[in-house]
Amino acid sequence: MSATGERSTIYEQMQATPEFAELRRKLRAFVFPMSAAFLIWYLLYVLLASFAPAFMAIPVVGNINVGLVIGLLQFVTTFVITTLYVRYADRHLDPAAERIRQQIEGAE
Amino acid sequence: MSSAVSVIAQAPATPGVGSPLLNISIFALFVVVTLVVVFRASRNNRTASDYYAAGRSFTGPQNGIAIAGDYLSAASFLGIAGAIAVNGYDGFLYSIGFLVAWLVALLLVAELMRNTGKYTMGDVVSFRMRQRPVRAAAATSTLVVSFFYLLAQMAGAGALIALLLQIPNSNTVGQGVVIAIVGALMITYVLVGGMKGTTWVQIIKATLLLIGAAIITIWVLGKFGFNLSALLGQAVDANPQVQTSPTAAPKELGEKLLIPGLQYGATTTAKIDFLSLGLALVLGTAGLPHILMRFYTVPSAQEARRSVVWAIWLIGIFYLFSLVLGYGAAALVTGGAQRIATAPGGTNSAAPLLAYELGGEILLGIISAVAFATILAVVAGLTITASASYAHDVYANVIKKGQTSPDAEVRVARITAVIIGVIAIAAGILARNQNIAFLVALAFAVAASANLPTILYSLFWKRFNTMGALWSIYGGLVSCVLLIIFSPAISGKPTSMIPNADFDLFPLANPGLVSIPLSFVLGIVGTFVGGRQPVEEGKYAEMEVRSLTGAGSEKAVTH
Repeated sequence: MSATGERSTIYEQMQATPEFAELRRKLRAFVFPMSAAFLIWYLLYVLLASFAPAFMAIPVVGNINVGLVIGLLQFVTTFVITTLYVRYADRHLDPAAERIRQQIEGAE
Repeated sequence: MSSAVSVIAQAPATPGVGSPLLNISIFALFVVVTLVVVFRASRNNRTASDYYAAGRSFTGPQNGIAIAGDYLSAASFLGIAGAIAVNGYDGFLYSIGFLVAWLVALLLVAELMRNTGKYTMGDVVSFRMRQRPVRAAAATSTLVVSFFYLLAQMAGAGALIALLLQIPNSNTVGQGVVIAIVGALMITYVLVGGMKGTTWVQIIKATLLLIGAAIITIWVLGKFGFNLSALLGQAVDANPQVQTSPTAAPKELGEKLLIPGLQYGATTTAKIDFLSLGLALVLGTAGLPHILMRFYTVPSAQEARRSVVWAIWLIGIFYLFSLVLGYGAAALVTGGAQRIATAPGGTNSAAPLLAYELGGEILLGIISAVAFATILAVVAGLTITASASYAHDVYANVIKKGQTSPDAEVRVARITAVIIGVIAIAAGILARNQNIAFLVALAFAVAASANLPTILYSLFWKRFNTMGALWSIYGGLVSCVLLIIFSPAISGKPTSMIPNADFDLFPLANPGLVSIPLSFVLGIVGTFVGGRQPVEEGKYAEMEVRSLTGAGSEKAVTH
């Protein structure tokens, strides 16, 4: 809510900087493709379960079949994507966001 | 009601198990401990930020455990284990949708929302829009989602009371008294403890739930030499078929327990219905207001991220336990899936019956107490969310146009909480034993259609405007509710809520497949229809920079 009287606020100035554009690009470059990937993988799983039960019933080991394995793989991918995102954010997002935040809050 | 009647008719053959006195005692112990914690936590409750957002003072891990507590409601705790026990693989499918959904919250919503908003979802979606109409819309959908969710939780209470306290469904007064006591306790937690107290109740409950589920899981696996295949084999061998009521045709189980299709595979319509449900589950979580509100209880976006990471691990591990609990109940409970399907409380009885089979009255008592605590805690979380949305969005910003003191706002929130609590008690008594499992699915569908598109557009799409937000929220909300009213869940089938009427014009019980894409499209169309007004560059810049960096975001309260 600061600097409302000026023609251009600190937020508008910051939004126009290359640093901020780079932060936005890095965030979107990770979260958009990754969201598309897990949603497609999940929908593929739901479609397989609905329309290909015979495929899901193929035994793998003992009573454990393809359906159970793919289902458990959904858990694995969820955990893996979570971990990858945390590492990515630690390295590429947090330092840049922190720098920009301090510039803005220092200027206020 | 026909299924409930047949359950009562069979009740003498499958009586309740365990000792009601022991179940009550363990639950009473939980209540005493949590009340002490709530009173201690409430000492520092002074400001609006304390009441709504616990002073933003919880750590990521604490909030993550509390989120798991909020999310693992009675429906997912008792419901999924029961669905696996009776419907096999299709129950497992549910849990996967519930888990994968968290990635939407982690990647797209949690941190940006924490940085942008203050107390409610309305703060975020109205940030760069015309305040009053958008806040009113956000509050409406928040109240609708919370009410459906609340109703589903309270309706489950009757079944649980029948099973665990051995008060039969026919005893309206007895069950009503128990529901009223649970409701009164819930109101106390919310009034005294605010968000801080409610969060601690969730943390205690989630810890008990996870420990209890872990013990039973290890116990079950131990009986099979930690061989999952052997456990599945016994579940198959012990359950050749199930007959859910004396008049229904027996359903073949056996090998079918291990493959998809028992619940949803009968017809092409049923398969498309499941796809619709799957879509609502995976996109609904990140639009559930009581989950979104939890992101405000931590001091920063980094802590919000840590909370979601903790929540994902805990919820994921819990659903893995549920897989073992469900098949374990089918394999080990005397009478198997047949007894579970026809016990008082229906499929919800799977986990309690398994606990009794393994650890007798004591373990059953613990699981029962956790089940009641679950209803209590989830309803408290819903109540505080709905009351915050009414007081902060409707009262302070729509009615008073922002000209009110935080104290007055909190007073309104407390009064609203009492009213919602009373409505919850009444609804719980009226909706006892109604087959309203679809209400949880409906809550997810409304959250996915009315809330998620607007949240994503306002965070990521510059041109999005007030008209787009209104079309998307109201379009998603109205289409969802209308499709449900004209679906086979309400009329036209023996299992419908009104079996004798027939106005099921829409073939699917789950509206998500239609209403979610519709709402996304309406957001775009509305934006272009209302698009003559220029984008508020200044507000958009503030929202975008703030959401990505946390500059200017709400800080933690230090006492």
